[in-house]
Amino acid sequence: MALENLFKQVKTRFNSSIQDGNNSTENSTASNYNNSKVPDNLLYKCPRCQNVLFQEEFQAFNKVCPKCNYHGRLTARERLELTLDANSFTEFDANMKSKNPINFPKYEEKQELLRQKTGLMDAIITGEGTIKGIRTVIGVMDSHFMMASMGSVVGEKVTRAIEYATQNNLPIILFTASGGARMQEGIVSLMQMAKTSGAVAKHGESGNLYITVLTDPTTGGVTASFASLGDIIIAEPKVLVGFAGRRVIEDTIKQHLPDEFQLAEFQLEKGFVDMIVERKKMRSTLSKILELHNYKKVDNH
Amino acid sequence: MESKSRTPWEKMELIRNKNRPTIRDYIPLIFDNFIELHGDRHYGDDGAILGGIATLNGIPVTVIAEVKGKNLIENKQSNFAMPHPEGYRKALRLAKQAEKFKRPVIFFIDTPGAFCGIGAEERGQGEAIAKNLMELMVLKTPIISIVLGEGESGGALAIGICDELAMLENALYSVVSPRGFASILWKDASKEKEAMQIMHITAQDLKSLGVCETIIPEPVGGAHMDLYKMSENIKEYLVKKTDEKMKKTLDVLLNERYTKFRKIGEFEE
Repeated sequence: MALENLFKQVKTRFNSSIQDGNNSTENSTASNYNNSKVPDNLLYKCPRCQNVLFQEEFQAFNKVCPKCNYHGRLTARERLELTLDANSFTEFDANMKSKNPINFPKYEEKQELLRQKTGLMDAIITGEGTIKGIRTVIGVMDSHFMMASMGSVVGEKVTRAIEYATQNNLPIILFTASGGARMQEGIVSLMQMAKTSGAVAKHGESGNLYITVLTDPTTGGVTASFASLGDIIIAEPKVLVGFAGRRVIEDTIKQHLPDEFQLAEFQLEKGFVDMIVERKKMRSTLSKILELHNYKKVDNH
Repeated sequence: MESKSRTPWEKMELIRNKNRPTIRDYIPLIFDNFIELHGDRHYGDDGAILGGIATLNGIPVTVIAEVKGKNLIENKQSNFAMPHPEGYRKALRLAKQAEKFKRPVIFFIDTPGAFCGIGAEERGQGEAIAKNLMELMVLKTPIISIVLGEGESGGALAIGICDELAMLENALYSVVSPRGFASILWKDASKEKEAMQIMHITAQDLKSLGVCETIIPEPVGGAHMDLYKMSENIKEYLVKKTDEKMKKTLDVLLNERYTKFRKIGEFEE
């Protein structure tokens, strides 16, 4: 008997004994044999180095892997909390939600389910706040909502936030994360790339600063629009940044891609990001950059 | 128009027909004095994108197009019309040149998408497309884009920023190829036929979604049945549109361009 199978048997026995005498050994074997699977409410497995740690511990590190420094995916609310001064945030367009432009089957239901699960209306939160006393417009994409794909709502909220910054002579910081264009909205989602990039052009003409912070994962139509257009582009360590999906490229070239392909460090080497900044230093780096562009602290600071 | 009865799948078969005219067939019939220009001045010359200057009814214009081939040799040269970053950078260079000399830009879209590969990623496919979108949105000269066959993903949009978008009657324009769509949503690329039924990608769909302004009629049976008639229809449209757009002041032109894209999106609040 292979050693593996021996363990399998022991595990099976162990599992059946804790299931209140329930003899569903087959089920427990199936769900426990694959040792790469961990219950996600208890343990966290780093997608880069496969290090496993308790969720609590991972949270305490602000979702950064202590072993390899991979910067994991935050929720938009967590990001705002880590970035802005306490109680300084005013949200824009909090109730905006998408319609179903190409009548995609079950799109409304899927979104409704995710709204309940995540507490988000769509894949981005935008608004205004201060960082160490300096006023800035901010937008944070949240990969927990349909992998932060860009449809009408993401496109419109990003555009409005940029337009607001242009009109009010403010900088804007966008934390990007996205699987790309939202397939369920068809061509309408592709056009959001044009719309957001147009708004960036006008913000640029107004002489204001635009910073993008690329977080895990920034890909597809978001990489090919506003994420790549920052005056200054920052990335978090070990996050995925690219245009085409890894699987698509591997299918095209019929080769396995190296692990570091399309990571932030790869993009730095190729010249597509200005710097890689660790989460714990992000707030102070951003405030320093804002100050260097002559944005002043507001009075009560 | 006879195409209303064609399904999206039938249209796809039609535009992938090896006899479907490509940009190289159209240029001598629509333009005079065409001179091809090469290279992005940074890395190389991408055969997937052709560019040059010509006259349209006596007026100088810049022509930029994605190039489909008719056989393996041609397709190897043009990488099956899938541009690399240097292709998009060549397009932008020539568009900026058109701006300098106050010539309208005419883009012809015909691509299954931007190329997905190691070199494309290393040289910044995402950045190249993004830069085009941003710069073309404020380019100070009229831009007309025409989808000749298929226009798929950011690879099409990178030369699809325009004052007016026209599509040939049987052309298709989509967020991603139907295969990609099926692969992303259902993890099964072979369901491309099913995908096409729900994607809303025909010229008629795009007109009703407010993305495409004009549908250029094709001869009975499709563009390949009568290249001369097809070229005439495209030329007639282009002469009329460039004249119309050149009469506008730059402020009006650029505001209308911004608004054209700004208003697309369906949401409630």
